[in-house]
Amino acid sequence: MERTITSEQVEPIAIGAGVLGTGGGGSTYLGALWLRETIKRLGSPRVIDADDLADDALAVSVGKMGAPTVSIEKLAQGDEMANAVRGLEAHLGRRMDALLIGEIGGSNALMPLICGLQLGLPIVDGDGMGRAFPELQMDTFSIAGLDHHPMALGDSHGNVIIFHKLDSTHRAEQYARVLTISMGGEAGLAMPVVMGAQVKQTLIHGTLTLAERIGRAVLNARRAGSDPAEVITAITHGRVLFRGKIVDVDRRMVQGFTRGRMRLAPFGGGAEMVIDFQNENLIAYRDGEIVATVPDLISLIGLEDGEPIGTESLRYGLRVAVLGMPAPKELKTLRALEVVGPAAFGYSEVLFTPMAGDLL
Amino acid sequence: MRIGIDVGGTNTDAVLMDGMSVLAFTKTPTTPNVSDGIVTALKQLIAASNLDVSKIDGVMIGTTHFTNAVVERKHLQPTAVIRLGLPATVCLPPMVDFPDDLRAAINGRYFLAHGGHEFDGREISPFAPDEIRRIASEIKAAGITAIAISSVFSPVNTSFEAQSAAIVRETIPDANITLSSTIGRIGLLERENAAILNACLRDLALRTVAGFKSALAEMQIAAPFYISQNDGTLMSADFASDYPVLTFASGPTNSMRGAAFLSGLKDAIVIDVGGTTTDVGILQRGFPRVAALAVQIGGVRTNFRMPDTLSIGLGGGSLVSADGHRVGPQSVGYEITRKALVFGGDTLTATDIAVAAGYAEVGDTSKVAGLDAALVSAAQDRIEELINNAVDRMKTSAAPMPVIAVGGGSILLKRPIVGASEVVMPPHFAVANAIGAAIAQIGGETDRIFSLAEMSRDQALATAKSEAIDKAVAAGADRDTVEIVEVEEVPLAYLPGNATRIMVKAVGDLKEA
Repeated sequence: MERTITSEQVEPIAIGAGVLGTGGGGSTYLGALWLRETIKRLGSPRVIDADDLADDALAVSVGKMGAPTVSIEKLAQGDEMANAVRGLEAHLGRRMDALLIGEIGGSNALMPLICGLQLGLPIVDGDGMGRAFPELQMDTFSIAGLDHHPMALGDSHGNVIIFHKLDSTHRAEQYARVLTISMGGEAGLAMPVVMGAQVKQTLIHGTLTLAERIGRAVLNARRAGSDPAEVITAITHGRVLFRGKIVDVDRRMVQGFTRGRMRLAPFGGGAEMVIDFQNENLIAYRDGEIVATVPDLISLIGLEDGEPIGTESLRYGLRVAVLGMPAPKELKTLRALEVVGPAAFGYSEVLFTPMAGDLL
Repeated sequence: MRIGIDVGGTNTDAVLMDGMSVLAFTKTPTTPNVSDGIVTALKQLIAASNLDVSKIDGVMIGTTHFTNAVVERKHLQPTAVIRLGLPATVCLPPMVDFPDDLRAAINGRYFLAHGGHEFDGREISPFAPDEIRRIASEIKAAGITAIAISSVFSPVNTSFEAQSAAIVRETIPDANITLSSTIGRIGLLERENAAILNACLRDLALRTVAGFKSALAEMQIAAPFYISQNDGTLMSADFASDYPVLTFASGPTNSMRGAAFLSGLKDAIVIDVGGTTTDVGILQRGFPRVAALAVQIGGVRTNFRMPDTLSIGLGGGSLVSADGHRVGPQSVGYEITRKALVFGGDTLTATDIAVAAGYAEVGDTSKVAGLDAALVSAAQDRIEELINNAVDRMKTSAAPMPVIAVGGGSILLKRPIVGASEVVMPPHFAVANAIGAAIAQIGGETDRIFSLAEMSRDQALATAKSEAIDKAVAAGADRDTVEIVEVEEVPLAYLPGNATRIMVKAVGDLKEA
C-alpha cells in the first residue's frame, strides 16, 4: 500500500535507524536535516511495500559511501545518488520503478527517501540488512547471490562511473572504496539493481516502518517518563541485556575500520558486561559468557532518553541500556551466516547462538 | 601586579594579584552598560589596597556579555555568509539549522561560491575571484558589513577564505569579516555557525571593548588589558573585538582555572556549587577539558573548543521536598537570603539542610533545629547521590581524582565523594572566576589533517607542535615558557591509513612588556 512520509515522521525514523544501527551506520543528524529540507522543497516521499512491485519492475538501492569525517565537512552537492541512478538507467536503457534502502541502520536509512523525492520514485519499505554492517557484500542481495553489477558511483561534480561487470563482492567493495577516495572521500552509490520478483524474495520487509515505530516509542517514552529500553525491546522481540555504565573503552584502527572493546559495570554491583565492536557492536559477554552475537542486534541507548549511542561516541561514564534484538530471519540461514556471522568478523571460534524469535 | 575582573550576569568581581598572591578582592553588582560596574569594582579594589595604579602591569577581563547577547537575540547586526565549496555543499545551505528567531535577528543572507578543498588538499573547484566580486557588490548594495566566510576543509587549507576576504575588502573597505578557519574545526555547518555568531557580534564587541577601555582610562590605568577566552588563555583587546565568540563559556573556564590556582592542583575535578546549579568540570594539566561533541549556543550547534562542563539542578537555594527525597532542580535563587528558613523565610532549601546537619553555620541555626532528623538525613542522601553521579559522569576513568570545591554553595559538600581521592576547599573560592582571569596565559592552537603518505607520523606531530607554538608566540606568549598542553590524534575511518587529524595546543606566559 502506498503512503507518504511527512516532515513530522523524520525524527522518529532517524531515532529508529540509530537503534537498528547497532552502534554503526553513522550519525543521522545531517541526513535528517537534509531530508526535512528536501520535504520542504519537494513534498513528501512515497513509500510502498515490496508486494506492490510488479515482478518485472526494476528497483535499485541507493546510499552514500565514504568516511564520516569527510561527510560532516564536504556536504553533498545533493544529486550524487540521483545521478548514479540516472547513469544506471542510461546504461540499462530502462527507467527504475522504485528505490531500495540498502541499510536501515544509521544515516543510509534516510538517503533513499531524499533520492526518491528528487527522482519522483517510491521507496520500498524494507532493506538489505535489517541493521547496519560495515561492508557492501553483507546484505541479503549478495547473500542471495544477486549480481553486484551494474553498479554506479556519483561525485559532487555530476560525474558518474558505471561498473559494467564485477566478478566478486570483494572487488566491488575494493574498487568502490578506491574511487570514493578519489572522489573526495564521499560518493553516491547505486547498487544492486534488483527485479521486482527478486525484491520480494530477498528484501527484509517492513524495516522502514519498524524504524519509525521504534523512534515513535522512544519519543513517547521520553514524554511519559517511561523506560525506553522496555518499549523498544517490546517492538523488536528483544530483551534488555544489561543496564549500567561504561567503565572502559579501548579502540584501535585496523585497515580503515575501528575495532574495539568496551566494558560496562552494572549499577549496584554484579557481573560486568563486555562488548566487542567493529564500527558495529558484534559480541556481548556477561561474566565471560557470550550472551549475544552478530548478526543478532546489540544496541546501546541512553538509559533515560533512549537516544541511540554510536560506537564513535562511547566514553567512560555513559549510562546505558544494552538491548539484544534477534536478527531478521533472512540473516540466520546457513548461507547468510557465512557472510554476516561471527566468523565473518574474525571470530572463527564463536558459534552463533541465536536469540529467540525474529526482529519482525 | 595584575587585576582580574569577572563580569558575570549578576556580579562583577575583581581581584588584585601580585605574582601568586591575592592582595585584595571585591564584588559589586553588574551594571547594564558593564563599564560602570567595572569602574565601581576598580574603585573599591584600589581603595581596599591603597594601590598605585602605575604599578599595574595588566588587566584581565572575563565577560559573559556576548553569550548573553546571542541567547537574548539582542544587539546582533545583519550578517551575510559566503560559503566556498560549489558544486558541493548545496544540500545544506548556511544557517539551515538556525532557530528562526535568530536568523531573523541577524537578517541572515547567504551566497554559495566555487572553491573549497578535498580532505587531501585538492581543490573541489578553482577559486573564482569575479564570482566573489559579484557577491561583494550584492552584500554592499544590501548595506551589510558583517560577513562570515567559510570554505570546505579550510582547517586544512585556509587560502580560499583569505583570498575571498581580500576581494570583499576591495568592495567593502569597512567590512567586518570572520573566517571560519580562524574559529572552528572540521565539521562545516558547526564551524560556519560559529563564524556567523562571531560576525553578528562584531559591532557589540567593538562597543564593549571600547567601554572597557574608557573604564580603565577613567581610573587612569594605562596598563594593557586582555579579555579571557573559553580555553583559559588571553586575547588582546583588539583581538577580542575581532573574535567575541571566543569568550563564550569563559566564565566556567575562569572558575576552573582559578580553582586550579587556589588549590595548586593541575589534574582534578572542579565542583562549582552556586545558588541554583552545580557545574562540574575536569582540569587536565591545569586547563579545562574541552567538549568533544557539538555544543549548542542560543540554539545553534557549534564545534569550537568549549569547556566540557556538566550542569545539574543543585545549589544552595534548591527546594527540598517535605520528605527530603527530592532536592532541586527548582531553587529560590538569589532570594535565598529572604526565603530560606535560616534567614527567617518559610521555604526549605538545601542550605537549611546543610545547617541542620551541622555542615555550616549560616543565618539563624535555631530556625532549623526542629527539622525532622529523617527528613534531613534523606535530603543529605539525595544531595550526596546527585553530586556522586555528576562527578562520575565527568570522569574518564575509574581511578580516584582530587576534587576542588568552589562557589558559595559548596557548604553542601561535607560528605565523602565517591571516586574522589580528596576534597579541597581553597580560600577565596568566591572570587575564583576573577582569579582565573588574572592568572590566564597566552595560547596557540593548530588543528588540521595530515597525509601520512607524504610524511611520517612523527614529522606530522612535530610540524603540528611547532605551528601551535608559533601561534602562541605570535599572540604574545614568551617563547621560553611555551609548552604543549594538548595533543589529540584522530585517524580518519574508512580511509586507508594515510590521513590523520592532529590537534595541538600550546600555552605560555604573557610576555612582559
